[in-house]
Amino acid sequence: MGLTGGDVLTTCVDFINTLAPCLVRAGWHGDIANLLSLLLGVVIVATVPLLTVILLIWIERKFAARIQDRIGPNRVGPYGLLQSLADALKMLTKEDITPTGADRVLFNLAPIITFATVVLIWAIIPFTPLHIGADLSIGILYFVAVGSIGAVKVMIGGWSSNNKYALLGAFRTIALIVSYEVPMILALLVPVLMAGSMGMQDLTHAQGGMWFIVMSPLAAIIFFIANLAETGRSPFDLLEAESELIAGYHIEYSGFKFGMFMAGEFMQVFTVAVLTAVLFLGGWWGPFVDQVPALGFIWLGLKTAVVYLFMLLIRNTVPRFRIDQVMNINWKFMVPLSIVLILLQSFLLRLVDVLGLRPAPELANDLLANLPQTLVLLAGNLVLGAIFLLLLQRHGRTLRKADEALAAVREPAPAGGMAEA
Amino acid sequence: MIPLWMYLVVAALLFCIGIYGVLARRNAVAILMSVELMLNAVNINLVAFWRYLAPQDMSGQAFAAFVFVIAAAEAAVGLAILLFVYRTKRSVIVEDVNLLRW
Amino acid sequence: MIELNAQTIAFAILSALILGGGLGVVTTRNLVHGALWLILSLLGVAGYFVLLSAPFLAAVQVLVYIGAIAILIVFAVMLTRSMTSLGEVRNRQWWISAITVVLLFLLLAVGIILPVWGRGAPGDVTTLSATVGGAVELGEALVAGDGFVLPFEVASILLTAAMIGAIVVARDEEDGQA
Repeated sequence: MGLTGGDVLTTCVDFINTLAPCLVRAGWHGDIANLLSLLLGVVIVATVPLLTVILLIWIERKFAARIQDRIGPNRVGPYGLLQSLADALKMLTKEDITPTGADRVLFNLAPIITFATVVLIWAIIPFTPLHIGADLSIGILYFVAVGSIGAVKVMIGGWSSNNKYALLGAFRTIALIVSYEVPMILALLVPVLMAGSMGMQDLTHAQGGMWFIVMSPLAAIIFFIANLAETGRSPFDLLEAESELIAGYHIEYSGFKFGMFMAGEFMQVFTVAVLTAVLFLGGWWGPFVDQVPALGFIWLGLKTAVVYLFMLLIRNTVPRFRIDQVMNINWKFMVPLSIVLILLQSFLLRLVDVLGLRPAPELANDLLANLPQTLVLLAGNLVLGAIFLLLLQRHGRTLRKADEALAAVREPAPAGGMAEA
Repeated sequence: MIPLWMYLVVAALLFCIGIYGVLARRNAVAILMSVELMLNAVNINLVAFWRYLAPQDMSGQAFAAFVFVIAAAEAAVGLAILLFVYRTKRSVIVEDVNLLRW
Repeated sequence: MIELNAQTIAFAILSALILGGGLGVVTTRNLVHGALWLILSLLGVAGYFVLLSAPFLAAVQVLVYIGAIAILIVFAVMLTRSMTSLGEVRNRQWWISAITVVLLFLLLAVGIILPVWGRGAPGDVTTLSATVGGAVELGEALVAGDGFVLPFEVASILLTAAMIGAIVVARDEEDGQA
């Protein structure tokens, strides 16, 4: 932060970032002050999402209940707000079972990794223009790298349980995670192209004039769907398809360790919502953020809430895909689309430069100055999306025709129920 | 500052561990994993030399990036061959795979 | 000579991870454990890259090695179930290998490490240069005409060829479709 004695008093107002200089001024030893401020930062970044999750579980259950024409939790505390706490207590008091033949060390390690990988992502989320855990120059790559450890935890959990269902669930999950990582990373390249940086603060700053979701809606949609699949929730929840695999790779877990898997899943959904808000919805940008940076936290929270509620809506209303459908959507639709999208987007950005439509640096945060390039990019995205949807429609029609032809062949078979395949 | 030779010692040890694994293990997957260890030892050396001798010139990092590419290609093809061998011979012990020996 | 600070402590822990993981890979009987030891070792190497101020390579290390290669290995191990636990870990000539390896290490120590032993870096550098090329410089070097653009393209062709080759070799002939 590079603060010297003179401006400490004025910067003490923003105490989260300047705690260490403040303490030094108050007569603390420099190393201890630094350690304290680092520890405090880590604790805040790690516990805030955790505490939010307790509330989110209540929101999710209420939301699902309303959709299913139920009331939802309403017994513990006002409006059932304390239900999650009661559930957590119940989990803690349950017996902690380790199955016979399980690999004890790995079995206990899997829930910890699950949790750690999600919390680690919070280190790079810019809450306000001033507050971020660590503004890495490779922020996006860090997110992708940490996310890829997710496959390891699934493998460990599924294998160490010494259970065939757990292993099968782990296979499905890994296939899903590894496949959907491809379009996710490709879609992430589009904001990086537009901002010219991989740092999260740079990416947010670049959206001052126009959010990336307007400049490249296709990238936002691909990123959102791929992340939906990575979290493994409906409609991509075939890794824990109850009727087929019971509960997926964490079938053998009980009590607190199961609770950690569940909380990890909830937190991952929340984290995805935050990331979508940061990368495509302008992060902390909003009215008056220039004057009061702390307002950014509220804007980011609002945007996150919108994305999160949208995810809940999808979870509760869309039926589950089959595994072959999931793979087909990914490899035959989303991967080609994202590859073409990157080519198109870099071409359009070049075109914008050549035509001189890019706003001048001092006007970068001005909405009107950004309109021309936004229109070009948006038009390109819409045309590409329309082309792919038309192709999809044609493909669907041929599939339906094949189905109908097959049905027509089967129709004249003797009516004894024997013709049924 | 951590002196350069400490990185070199660790890299050399890791390389030797990897060579031992390649020479002494019977299981082909274990041999592949040992090869990965050796490649990583090389990468440590490349990046350490880059950092200490020519931090502005990007050759060291670029070479390390190419090692990643080679490692990925090697792992993919190696494991594919292994799966094929396993399907035909029901074994991945390298001593059992001796069709081309005579 | 070497002062005790956060960097040296991190270095010691990472070295223990790397070497411990490596030993685990070559000695463990269970291949899934071996793959996890490998992940541990690779994580240590990623930490080294951070210490050496190459965060881009560190992230790629985690992404490529742990996210892709290690998972590939675990997958291969599990697809061929009987591979996980096999009788003998080492072959009969393992002691010859051990002696060779010790000799090789001595050779490396005399040839490469001894010239810089006890010094910060060759040429008696005592402090590291503060200006370090980052991800941007690396990216530019990889596609610059006077840089690595040719190896870069060759590498992409290699990856494509490896991908196609792996699919062709690993695919089940009797399956007919897919």
